[in-house]
Amino acid sequence: MVEATPLWEVFIRPRNGLSHRHVGSLHAADEVMALQAARDVYTRRGEGTSIWVVPSLAITASDPDHADEMFEPTADKIYRHPTFYEIPEEVGHM
Amino acid sequence: MSEAFVTALLELADDHLVLGHRLSEWCGHAPMLEEDLALPNMALDLIGAARGLYARAGEIEGKGRDEDDLAYLRGERAYLNCLLVERENGDFAQTMLRQLYFAAFMEPYWRAAASSDDPVLRGIAAKAVKEVAYHIRHAGEWVVRMGDGTGESARRMAEAVEELHRFTDELFFSSPAAEAAEAAGLLPVRAETRGAWEATIRTVFAEARLGWPAQVWAQQGGRAGAHGEALGHLLAEMQSLHRAHPGAAW
Repeated sequence: MVEATPLWEVFIRPRNGLSHRHVGSLHAADEVMALQAARDVYTRRGEGTSIWVVPSLAITASDPDHADEMFEPTADKIYRHPTFYEIPEEVGHM
Repeated sequence: MSEAFVTALLELADDHLVLGHRLSEWCGHAPMLEEDLALPNMALDLIGAARGLYARAGEIEGKGRDEDDLAYLRGERAYLNCLLVERENGDFAQTMLRQLYFAAFMEPYWRAAASSDDPVLRGIAAKAVKEVAYHIRHAGEWVVRMGDGTGESARRMAEAVEELHRFTDELFFSSPAAEAAEAAGLLPVRAETRGAWEATIRTVFAEARLGWPAQVWAQQGGRAGAHGEALGHLLAEMQSLHRAHPGAAW
């Protein structure tokens, strides 16, 4: 069964104006069935207004073994964070 | 008039409760997790509609019977559901075909019920019409995939058609009570949904490469309380808790 039915990644947009977020995965024979299954599995409590399904095979993921070279070099570049500005009082909460 | 309307509402409610219970039997037994959620989802839609219909029937009847009394304290001969919905689940092909047959009938029926003279029924119909539209889609896609799938799935789908098609005629039959309610403008005329039903089924069958079944003897009797063996077992299981513990609540 599992071999015959490919894996799909499910993305759901909770409200208009927000972006689709990854919520999980499921097995389905094709894109039509994947969309229905996503509706039945992931929107039972009114979680969404729009669903995307993507074949898991179509996703290229970064290799956890390369995490050091991929992500660590940013750790000491604190000047990339907008924390060196003083926000005038009048601006209030940002 | 109100007595006939109560009876006709019970026919409709029994269809929904019995089919909802049948689908709930798949819970924990479906062939894959995705369907294990999808089938109870549909069951809850149907049982939700049944609750509204029982409540309305009890209200009009005015004898103080609530939805639980009507669902749990009527015996097999008092149940008025059509025979199609009580058929056992069989395999996945039979379950999905039964669902498609019923949903393809209810969709035009609920649409027509939008102009019922009963405001409560209009409300139930407005909610249910969206639910059954999804049931048609879900069951229809499965029928297409099984009918036009492997040799094994195509054989099972063809067997399901042979097994279940003879129960579809009863969907369009109106009991004397239903006829009276239809004439009074309270319920849609069952026979008038046949065109839409057949169009839906023929579209799915064509895509599923299923042949249209030859004319067979149409099984009827459910509206008069004459059921098959299957319903008694279903009711025994469904009603046993309430009969052992009358008034049990969550």
